[in-house]
Amino acid sequence: MRIVCPFCGERELGEFTYLGDAKPKRPAADAGEDAVYDYVYLRDNVAGPMTEHWYHGGGCRAWLKVTRNTLTHEISAVEPAAGAGAAKVGA
Amino acid sequence: MKYSIFSLARAALSGHKNWQPTWRDAAPKDRYDVIIIGGGGHGLATAWFLASEFGIRNVAVLEKGWIGSGNAGRNTTIIRSNYGLPGNTGFYELSMKLWERMEQDLNYNAMVSQRGVLNLYHSDAQRDAFARRGNTMRINGIDAELLDQAALRKMLPFLNFDNARFPVQGGLLQRRGGTARHDAVVWGYAHAASELGVDIIQNCEVTGFTRDANGKVTGVETSRGKIGAGKVGMAVAGSSSRVAAMAGLRLPIESHVLQAFVSEAIKPLIPGVMTFGAGHFYVSQSDKGGLVFGGDIDGYNSYAQRGNLPVVEDVCEGGMALIPMIGRVRLLRQWGGIMDMSMDGSPIIDKSPVDGLYINAGWCYGGFKATPGSGFVFAHLIARDQSHKEAALFRLDRFQRGAMIDEKGQGAQPNLH
Repeated sequence: MRIVCPFCGERELGEFTYLGDAKPKRPAADAGEDAVYDYVYLRDNVAGPMTEHWYHGGGCRAWLKVTRNTLTHEISAVEPAAGAGAAKVGA
Repeated sequence: MKYSIFSLARAALSGHKNWQPTWRDAAPKDRYDVIIIGGGGHGLATAWFLASEFGIRNVAVLEKGWIGSGNAGRNTTIIRSNYGLPGNTGFYELSMKLWERMEQDLNYNAMVSQRGVLNLYHSDAQRDAFARRGNTMRINGIDAELLDQAALRKMLPFLNFDNARFPVQGGLLQRRGGTARHDAVVWGYAHAASELGVDIIQNCEVTGFTRDANGKVTGVETSRGKIGAGKVGMAVAGSSSRVAAMAGLRLPIESHVLQAFVSEAIKPLIPGVMTFGAGHFYVSQSDKGGLVFGGDIDGYNSYAQRGNLPVVEDVCEGGMALIPMIGRVRLLRQWGGIMDMSMDGSPIIDKSPVDGLYINAGWCYGGFKATPGSGFVFAHLIARDQSHKEAALFRLDRFQRGAMIDEKGQGAQPNLH
């Protein structure tokens, strides 16, 4: 598996660290225990294309949003995750 | 048929032409008292315990491929009960005791070999943590011995004791731990369950659940038609989330890939099972002579049953750091299996919120050693609608209650367990 970093180009997997599914959003501070439980512990555990957060620790140290098929490991899209790094490329 | 020295002699005298199939390959009936989804070790063990211990013999095991084609045939065959946390300690010892009598119970040679499991320590802090775990084991009646470097030098002279970064200081040994022949475990449970009337149905993929007006599960829809059931248990490892989703459930589980490796066969080298304490590397030697080893999961969600090279490199580096001479041994095979990684690294054996559906999942990469214990407590749960006392903490709602069983203390980050 290789990931085409939008900042660094195509790099081998060993340079990246995985966080997981990019879909769960941190609930508001007053959202209640059930919402926090849902966010912290429950997973869709998608079988198929899933958008995920990866960290390019062995390169530009940017957080990336990678769309990857969990059945085949095929990567269909890579974009900077929202944040300081994303602003540099106008995303 | 019953296996014995006499059946072997009889078969030998007739040129081994009259062996019968080990189990019946059944076709689905319209209805069963209990359906178990998943024909791996856990599912087959559950069916056998239902039939042998709990008197429920109208049972079917549904397997989407062939029995033992998933993780039961992909693990590194290690059995042990060296856990430190309440919930785990007693459960894995229950499982170990069942391993010790399994072959007699099943009338099947599963090549259970109590050759010892040794966890190496490389620092004073790690020694103290291992001493604590060893004491926990002994208080609970489980064997554990803390060995120092001098004892290990006699036992395993080839270790890299004087590694500058991670010197081997000693290890925690459980002599009753060891290995078992993973395929034979599946075949043994299939053999014994089938003898008691359990239907083992292969190439039968569950595609949905049938429910009544109150939402209770009344059976399953499969690639071989609808099958009715009084109760349905699922023991499907890496597919847990997908099967649970058919009943509208989301689980605290992610599916990850774990790779395992075997080298070419060499002369007897490694007497038991050994784990490197400064990285993640564990190794034993099969009776054929191959070194069977593994390490970390790859770390990203996957259903692909194959991994990537960074972990291959990491595992081999761990091996080289511990046993430098294995650098000249060639790797023969490497494969991947899909682990149902739970949020605290411990399993879930519980009734689901859906009436009539029972869950056995979240084994992470430690399911093989649990096979007999898992089958026993899951059969207990299904038969009596009550958790067995050694599985009473493996509840689905423990994450909501803050009652995690986090052996490694990693938090809700499954790729770190």
